[in-house]
Amino acid sequence: MPNLKNPPLKNRERDNRIHIFESIRWYFLRNIVQTKNARKVVLSDGVSITKPYSFGLFYLLILIGLSYYFVDLIVISYFEITPFELFVKRIPNFTNIVSKMITDFNLPYLPRIIQPLIDTIQMAILGTFIGAAFALPVAFLASQNLVKSKVLTNVIKLILSFIRTIPTLVYAAILAFAFGYGTTIGVIATAIFTFGILSKMLYEVIETLDLGAFIAVESTGATKTKAFIASIIPQIMGTFVSLTLYSFEINIRASAILGYVGAGGIGILLDDHMTWREYGHLGVILALLLVVVFIIENISRYIRKKMS
Amino acid sequence: MNPDVQSMYQKRPKTLARDITLLIFFTIVIVWSTQTIHFDGLNPAGIVISRSILDALTKPNLEWLLNFGEGTSIPKLMLETVAMAFLGTILGAILAIPFAFLSARNITGRFASFFGNTLIGMIRTFPIFILGLMFIRVTGPGPLAGVLTIGISSIGMISKLYVEIIEDIDSGIIMALDATGANSFQKIRYGIIPQLTPNFISTAIYRFEINVRNATILSLVGAGGIGFTLTAALAVYRWVDAAAALWGIVIVVLVIEVISNKVRSMLVSGDR
Repeated sequence: MPNLKNPPLKNRERDNRIHIFESIRWYFLRNIVQTKNARKVVLSDGVSITKPYSFGLFYLLILIGLSYYFVDLIVISYFEITPFELFVKRIPNFTNIVSKMITDFNLPYLPRIIQPLIDTIQMAILGTFIGAAFALPVAFLASQNLVKSKVLTNVIKLILSFIRTIPTLVYAAILAFAFGYGTTIGVIATAIFTFGILSKMLYEVIETLDLGAFIAVESTGATKTKAFIASIIPQIMGTFVSLTLYSFEINIRASAILGYVGAGGIGILLDDHMTWREYGHLGVILALLLVVVFIIENISRYIRKKMS
Repeated sequence: MNPDVQSMYQKRPKTLARDITLLIFFTIVIVWSTQTIHFDGLNPAGIVISRSILDALTKPNLEWLLNFGEGTSIPKLMLETVAMAFLGTILGAILAIPFAFLSARNITGRFASFFGNTLIGMIRTFPIFILGLMFIRVTGPGPLAGVLTIGISSIGMISKLYVEIIEDIDSGIIMALDATGANSFQKIRYGIIPQLTPNFISTAIYRFEINVRNATILSLVGAGGIGFTLTAALAVYRWVDAAAALWGIVIVVLVIEVISNKVRSMLVSGDR
């Protein structure tokens, strides 16, 4: 039965009502920028067309206003203290580091970073696995089409957003108090991060699933559990594996950072060489990292192709 | 009765061999990586500390959290963090455009796009902290180093997503414009730009969300923002102060996520 009390509004009417921002936007458009006559075009065959409103200018003004405010906050206040010549004079500091990474490339150093690199990879694998193992059931619980209680799904989604907002580094720093420094906290921090993003990506996929298969299996007399295993799990498994591999790639990149709070792996070395200005060593590590990421990306692309 | 169902069932894709191979592969890899864990019991003092951190989360230092004036003010620090992310995103989103057009296969061909993609991959792998430390040697510690770091490090992901958008361009529209007698400039203005802009902006907003998170940790290396306050408080065991900073981050990131989701769904659906 149609809802007579609150008839659905057309887009524009609804926009007009939502809040002050919308009203300002519409006032701006109708009265300042585009009157109806200005938007009217008469074609050669006499048909007249009214162009739709364009909000581009309005948003552009907001963007420019915000940028101006932020530039004033950061860039202009910086150059009030630091003379511009000094800034220009120090630009070679940056380019020198880059060129030294290439010219001082210290290849004999390579064998000594293999072990930290393996630590980093193991850390990422284990963290991704643990995070993914927890993410799958939680993602099902957070999906609105599978769980009827809207309160439950929303509470879980809120907790997940909360987990995601706290930076991984902070988890690692706090965990270090309880577990001591080393790869263990790296694994746990990676697991928490993976859990956060993976369950979000998963429930977004699950919510778009076609439940027709589930109902069809149920109608053959299967119990809910059996129908779930037969219809939902096969639909989601491929996506689950490929999303897990995707977050594994992210984790490999991120684990270079985790070393900063003492979570082991290759990050500590990066920090040390930067402090001691050993850019040749840094170049070796970065090159190796690039190669490893490239290989892992290709393996995971291959597996994803096999899965789908 | 119905031979179709039976025969189709027989012809179903056989994935058992593949699944078992993958399962064995994953099991070996995971078992191999468990050797990274060296767990020798919890540190008893650490448990007390973890407890007090959790306690502090319920009673953060409100003097900092609600201070809009002089002294340590979480709102001000968060504003600086967001400003860093905002300017950095604009910088990155603009710098990414040439990289993306260079790497799009339908624009520059196979060789140049391979070169461009390698370049993008290198930028993506470059650790953000190292980049931050390099920029600090130019600008000195402060938020400007953060803006530059975020800008350059965003190029990688943004241009990778831009490339996908450019490669998805519907050439039919350009052909249709051709048929109306449009010149090159008009084809770009009415055929290409309207196809790219909404997706480009949506990508930039998505990266902005990530950049706000990155900006919160960047000050660990001295590049401005709230992270330094947080880690300094953790280092001297002032949990209530750390909790104040943490709540600042949580609130701002959540608000930005909500806004970004709303704007992006508006852009994608075209429902203004």
